[in-house]
Amino acid sequence: MSTIKGGFTRRNVIKTGLTGILATGVAPLVFSRGAWAQDFCNNPTGSTVTFGLNLPLTGAYAEEGADEQKAYELAIKHLNGEGDGGLLNVLKPSALKGNGILGKKVQYVSSDSQTKSDVARAGATRMIERDGAIMITGGSSSGEAIAVQSLCQELGVIFMAGLTHSNDTTGKDKRRYGFRHFFNAYQSGIAIAPVLGEEYGKERRAYHLTADYTWGWTQEESIKAATEALGWQTVQTVRTPLGAADFSQYLTPVLNSGADVLILNHYGNDMVNSLTQAVQFGMRDRQANGKQFEVVVPLFSELMAKGAGENIKGIFGTSNWHWNLPDEGSKAFTKSFGAAYGSPPSQAAHTAYVQALLYADACERAGTFYPPEVIKALEGFEFDGMGNGKTLYRAEDHQCMKSVLVVRGNEKPTSQFDVLNIVKEIDRETANYDPAIFGGELGAAEPVPQCR
Amino acid sequence: MFEVLFLQFLNGLDKGSAYALIALGLTLVFGTLGVVNFAHGALFMIGAFCAVTFRQLLTLETVTVDPNNLSPWGTPVEIRAPLVQAWFGDFGAILVNYSVPLSLLLAIPVMLLIGIGMERGLIKYFYKRPHAEQILVTFGLAIVLGEIIKAIFGPNPIPQPMPTDLRGAADIGAWLGMAPGVITYPLWRLVYFLFSAGIIAAVFAFLQFTTFGMVVRAGMADRETVGILGINIDRRFTIMFGIAAVVAGMAGVMYTPLLPPNYTIGMDFLVISFVVVVVGGMGSLPGAIASGFLLGILQSFASMTQVKAIFPGIDQIIIYLVAVIILLVRPRGLLGRRGVMET
Repeated sequence: MSTIKGGFTRRNVIKTGLTGILATGVAPLVFSRGAWAQDFCNNPTGSTVTFGLNLPLTGAYAEEGADEQKAYELAIKHLNGEGDGGLLNVLKPSALKGNGILGKKVQYVSSDSQTKSDVARAGATRMIERDGAIMITGGSSSGEAIAVQSLCQELGVIFMAGLTHSNDTTGKDKRRYGFRHFFNAYQSGIAIAPVLGEEYGKERRAYHLTADYTWGWTQEESIKAATEALGWQTVQTVRTPLGAADFSQYLTPVLNSGADVLILNHYGNDMVNSLTQAVQFGMRDRQANGKQFEVVVPLFSELMAKGAGENIKGIFGTSNWHWNLPDEGSKAFTKSFGAAYGSPPSQAAHTAYVQALLYADACERAGTFYPPEVIKALEGFEFDGMGNGKTLYRAEDHQCMKSVLVVRGNEKPTSQFDVLNIVKEIDRETANYDPAIFGGELGAAEPVPQCR
Repeated sequence: MFEVLFLQFLNGLDKGSAYALIALGLTLVFGTLGVVNFAHGALFMIGAFCAVTFRQLLTLETVTVDPNNLSPWGTPVEIRAPLVQAWFGDFGAILVNYSVPLSLLLAIPVMLLIGIGMERGLIKYFYKRPHAEQILVTFGLAIVLGEIIKAIFGPNPIPQPMPTDLRGAADIGAWLGMAPGVITYPLWRLVYFLFSAGIIAAVFAFLQFTTFGMVVRAGMADRETVGILGINIDRRFTIMFGIAAVVAGMAGVMYTPLLPPNYTIGMDFLVISFVVVVVGGMGSLPGAIASGFLLGILQSFASMTQVKAIFPGIDQIIIYLVAVIILLVRPRGLLGRRGVMET
């Protein structure tokens, strides 16, 4: 046996070294649950845990951002055991206890994303690196969602998307660390096309005005495919800048284009402006090709309906959720939100609230904040009681699969909040699709990147 | 094809009239006081918020709660009653309906006071300073005014309805003897164009046919000589600044039904209006008007799908492209005078 200078034998050195490695490195992973918890971004060590709210409080989608903020504040209150508990009382199954998350009180930091992807990404970076956010959530634009989701994947922080409707969010740009509760443009197409066929017939000529970014492109593609499958022709598709405000130059060519349907792939203030201006151009009073000229807005919310006022009456669209749905979850959320803020919640508020609760519940079920374990808890999670019936967080693309609503601007509102009517609820099976059709790769959950 | 081109032409007139009105005010200030006023867009914005304020005053409500009628969230339903209608009946409803044009009555004195206050309180200290410093201070002022409006009214656009009689579209094709519905155009946009044309004509008439205007024009041409004649040209120029503010404010008021105003509306128009002034020729009133309409019409035609099929994205850059070409060919702009902003 060779002897090392100083009296150590090679065997002893190997033994001691192995013992040291086991004692300091490997053993905790084997014997102690959650030992990896020491080594991930913004592991909360104190008595609190921080959510990062990335909210468009200014810009084209500011109304949605303001409503999302109210919803997150309400969700955090409920998670901390304050207020009436809201959807904590009806979520099934639920591991939530109303004492924060894993015993830590929930607090939040926020950033105004200005409805701009670069600002959203910068805000999320700041909240993760400076403020110690364990999870980022919010946003009302798919551009923001995709930018922030990609950042969160790089930094190893979970992103619970707010309002984002582009097929790309859980399609070609999906990420392992990103989750979407909101429905998407493809599902809007599945839902609205049969209703349009019944109401307007199978021989129509459509003209699309489309917000020129990921959401607009995929919605145009999905609605075009769905209406063409009905037998409609697409006369023209025209892209408009996000936040264009004055759409008159894009609306005038519609008048003599031979189209008899105008499809507005616009959202938020853009939709309010484009629809209002389309009505000013007399489009809802026109006859074209021997038919009444119609306007369709494939995605709209009660906030936009309020902004558009009289102009939205009778117009078809789709929504993720509506406050006057009769199920227990919708009633509970509307009651909590209405009592707190004096108005019913929008679909943006609903998705924001639900996402906050689902993240918290996943942490409780995983028993840790360690992101790969939380991801596992969310993937394939099936739940009920949140307002859209039985819902599945699909593991393949992190898209929530649930029912979708076809809505119509209310012709005879009974109050300032009674602006939409639910025309049809499309069930989860009908709104289902193969996640492979949009491609994309989720990527790996581990090794977890280090954010600081 | 004629209908398509005619519609785009009308659209160009409509856009051009907004550009021309703002550029007119900018040129009045530059031509009289020699100040490059980057806060001019903020005056357009304040005018727009005069309309918002006026409507908010007219639509003040009394709020009572009905304890027997509960909302879906369990709180008593609020019953709102408009005060003006309660006081004046049908006349009150007419006032609310015509709130946008009526708010000109509020905007004119408010803008005159703001304009004169701005000139006396800040701008006059920068007459003899370099243009770069004037731009910096007025740009800073524009940001401050925008933030004040944001603090008071919030960041989101506030829609202003047009009078019900002026909603919808006018059948211009039928007026021209064509088949009904071939050329239709929003009534309020026609009103805005006619309003702009009237304001522009009034400003020109004021400068051309009044003694005050004659003195101002003389001062613009040779300030020192007018001063030697014992005329207080400074006071007249201060009033001209106020008039420029009123023009911008009225343009803002009447634009609110077309574009719900928020705190950024002035800045959105200001950048293009500066290009309009430069293309028209610094200090030239006819140049500002001509280039305002020219660029508005060109922008409208550039938005046609047939044009964009050949030059994708041309609608976003056409104004700047034309500005570059005109300044290369005519460095002083379309109707610029020798010696203005030249060393």
